Amino acid sequence: MANVKIPIGPQHPALKEPESFTITLNGETIISMDVRLGYNHRGIEKACEERNYIQAMYLVERVCGICSHSHSTCFIQAVEEIAGLAVPPRAQYIRTIIAELERIHSHLLWLGVAGHEIGFDTLLMYAWRDREAVMDTLAALTGNRVNYGINTIGGVRRDISPEQLAGLLKTMDVLEERTKYYIEVASQEITLIKRLSGVGYLAHEDAVKLGAVGPTARASAVDRDIRRDDPYIAYKDLDFKVITDTHNDVYGRTLVRVGELMQCYNMIRQLVAKIPDGPVTVKAPRKIPAGEAFSRYEAPRGEDVHYVKANGTDKAERVKIRAPTLANLQSVAKMMENNRLADVPIIIAAIDPCFSCTDRMVRIHDAGHGRQETLSWQALHTYSLDWHRKQGIDFKALNAKLSRRMKL
Amino acid sequence: MIHPGKMAREVLTSLFRKPATVLYPYVKVQMPDRFRGKIKFTSPLCIGCKLCMRDCPTNCITITKVGDKQFQAEFDLDRCIYCAQCVDTCPKKALEATAEYELAQLQHDKLKVIFHAEPTPASSPAAPAEHAPQSQPAIGA
Repeated sequence: MANVKIPIGPQHPALKEPESFTITLNGETIISMDVRLGYNHRGIEKACEERNYIQAMYLVERVCGICSHSHSTCFIQAVEEIAGLAVPPRAQYIRTIIAELERIHSHLLWLGVAGHEIGFDTLLMYAWRDREAVMDTLAALTGNRVNYGINTIGGVRRDISPEQLAGLLKTMDVLEERTKYYIEVASQEITLIKRLSGVGYLAHEDAVKLGAVGPTARASAVDRDIRRDDPYIAYKDLDFKVITDTHNDVYGRTLVRVGELMQCYNMIRQLVAKIPDGPVTVKAPRKIPAGEAFSRYEAPRGEDVHYVKANGTDKAERVKIRAPTLANLQSVAKMMENNRLADVPIIIAAIDPCFSCTDRMVRIHDAGHGRQETLSWQALHTYSLDWHRKQGIDFKALNAKLSRRMKL
Repeated sequence: MIHPGKMAREVLTSLFRKPATVLYPYVKVQMPDRFRGKIKFTSPLCIGCKLCMRDCPTNCITITKVGDKQFQAEFDLDRCIYCAQCVDTCPKKALEATAEYELAQLQHDKLKVIFHAEPTPASSPAAPAEHAPQSQPAIGA
């Protein structure tokens, strides 16, 4: 039978965000998959260069709606390293508490989405109902459910009161009990096991070779976790286990995530017990001295990397973000091979993708000729100006308006 | 024991529990104390340093001098991301975050909020007048 190519996306009911997957099929079996990125490019890195560090921090926080704290902490760590700021230990602990709460909410969200993708909507409803407990806790601690805005250069913006810490422990008890139940469901519910076992197989060697990160890699027995390997914020004081699994498939990824949830509760209890007293912020300079820093962070989806170059002004010269989904996309193509077409949504969902975090570059792809072209910044700038002029946009009026706005 | 319908019991017991959701427009949710809602500006406290304008990630604040030591603030709520960085930045606590969260509007001009300067700055520290402009252009823009 001849091979058939099926486009999935950029707009597709099975995908929550626009991304294009071209799947080559032989009958029902997937031969290969091709990914095209760039539908969600928002130019955040460039926009960071136009804003001072405080403004850029809020922008970076909005790279991702789920792991917002991951991105802002990763960015702030790099800025603080360049500025040589010693962040107070209490602030480090608060950052870690929020980081772990974020991981709990992200993993519970994933559990629900995975249930939904395999038609197990009961799991979606209950996982998301329980997730509300951690969302409410985050709102009470930081002031918002999603973009917490807890970080600031040199510390955190809000302290946590002893009553809130006590409340946090109570929430952890409730969530731990619920997670134990989900572990029971995952290990005993025959429909779930049969549906997920052997789907999206990623061998250990492939996971290493393709540079998979986070729970995707750990489910293929890659024992790698930045929290343990290169401790940042308060992780060096914590005792925890890195969960790995040898199933190598979507079922393994489920087990890794629910297992990590149990570790999160344990870590938060340790953090609450050990949190030191003291100030939560140090005064940060407005202008950051020239220098560059590279920061790593274990986001719920895997290793997040930020690079910041400062030039002595109050604005960064260059910010580079590598979101975990980008590192995992290569392995998705590998996972797809020899699976059925109906498995596509759950295999994509199994890496917990966040496509809008991923898109960093605009590449011109001439579909008719198969030619590819990468534009330099200057060329893109000229191209954009010409394109807008052709649409009849008057830059003089725009520039005058912009300079008025930017003027203090 | 491996068997299907592991969650059946949970589902059946949930039938007799009260709903986990809230009937939102009829039942309002209480926001936590630290909630960052609509920003309030107290004109008499403002010294016009404009640090809030410098730190606002979306450039949604415009502080204008309208008289001797009198300042008015203009907020573009369609741009505001409610991070409340301006509240942290303000050295005189002239800005504060309120618990107001129902901010959707059908008309775009209602999203522009102007806090006018008080006529007598020293006498009344009460909440300043606040309204959406009718048609006149913003003074500082």
